[in-house]
Amino acid sequence: MLSILKGIWIILLHTFRKRETIAYPEEKPYLPPRYRGRIILSRDPDGGERCVACYLCAAACPVDCIALQAAEDEHGRRYPEFFRINFSRCILCGFCEEACPTYAIQLTPDYEYAEYNRQSLVYEKEDLLISGPGKYPDYNFYKIAGMTISGKGKGEAENEDPPVDIRSLMP
Amino acid sequence: MIIFRHLVIVIGVFGAALSVSAGLVWLERRLLALWQDRYGPNRVGHFGLLQVVADGIKMFFKEDWIPPFADRPVFVIAPMLLLVTVLMPFAVIGFAPEIVVADLNIGLLFFLAMSALSVYGIVLGGWASNNKYALLGAVRAAAQMLSYEVFMGLSLMGVVILAGSFNLSEIVDAQKGMWNCIPQFLGLVLFTIAGFAETHRMPFDLPEAEAELVAGYHTEYSGMKFGLFFVGEYLGVTMISAMIVTLFFGGWLGPFLPPVAWFALKTFIFICGFILVRAALPRPRYDQLMGYAWKVLLPLALLNILVTGAIVLAVH
Repeated sequence: MLSILKGIWIILLHTFRKRETIAYPEEKPYLPPRYRGRIILSRDPDGGERCVACYLCAAACPVDCIALQAAEDEHGRRYPEFFRINFSRCILCGFCEEACPTYAIQLTPDYEYAEYNRQSLVYEKEDLLISGPGKYPDYNFYKIAGMTISGKGKGEAENEDPPVDIRSLMP
Repeated sequence: MIIFRHLVIVIGVFGAALSVSAGLVWLERRLLALWQDRYGPNRVGHFGLLQVVADGIKMFFKEDWIPPFADRPVFVIAPMLLLVTVLMPFAVIGFAPEIVVADLNIGLLFFLAMSALSVYGIVLGGWASNNKYALLGAVRAAAQMLSYEVFMGLSLMGVVILAGSFNLSEIVDAQKGMWNCIPQFLGLVLFTIAGFAETHRMPFDLPEAEAELVAGYHTEYSGMKFGLFFVGEYLGVTMISAMIVTLFFGGWLGPFLPPVAWFALKTFIFICGFILVRAALPRPRYDQLMGYAWKVLLPLALLNILVTGAIVLAVH
């Protein structure tokens, strides 16, 4: 009996509490930088596309909303010929970001991309590509990977020694 | 001239009761939100006041569907019956001296009779729906009403003994010296609990019990028929609050302000109390509800009558 009255009294005291509601359109909530929102494709610090069209994101995607086609340019760099994300399917799980070996595909704290037309939710590569490096400002895949591209031969990558001539007898 | 005056009172009471119960929809949502640290409806109009209008318009434009398996005439009559029986007690409540629709000398009995009849709306609605959830809700409503009606009437007998009358205006006048809430505190507590059960409000909303019975007795109702059940519930809250004020808190009595203002103010406080209890308390199990009524509250009500009667006899 007493606990019932105590419960009612506690609820009455809630009259003076701060209201937790965030009045959304007028007042935006704080979202941490790692919030999983709209997906973008980032570029490396030199401005080249980070995506190497490895298909890992498309394979990891549980709802199959990512479609792409690999291609290779004259420098030997792989890139996606097209890259398409169907946001009407995307569940914002972030598996694509985790699968990506080059930090190219990233989720951003933007969530306000509602559309009246369902087809407008299919984003093409030019909609997805941003001009910056996103969450990893210094990372440049082709500078680190051992892959040869024009302007960077074998053994010239960062953290990489020049190739050893295995037929030489010199120490 | 007297007829004209009467007509004004009738229409005024009718309009006030209905508009207050409509406003309660908004008030309840806002107050519940306040006590749950939210805002509640605050978009339509100032403080969301027009939410009631928006809801009403929505309700009118919904499809008013009668299931093919339902008992059609009873299904249609049930919500009306509930609303009418809940509206009727307002006729005997005195809002101020001389402002009363029908100053019956058995006003209290009339109120008890009408609130007992209101269970018919629910039981018939649940039965006519031909739906197991609705039927379970209706059965619960009947059992709950039966157990709570008994000591609801008994808990008021102390007030009647003190006032020596069943007339609500005379009961209010008898409280000029001291409000009944002090000598009849036990009666007040019992009547309030019974009132909660009577209106199927939160701790006693087992006929509805949306966690177990979908929506209880009005599962199959839609459109304005559902709206009538909805308004009926809020009318019941207003009616019980008004009765608590009339019987235990001196009705329109009070200094400075005009009598109607006192009545409205007191009623408003009790309506807020109803909402506060809804915000605070969970629903008991069904056997707890019944056992509580028969084993605890009924003996207490009888004890109240016994003690009050003995004291009144001893004093006279």
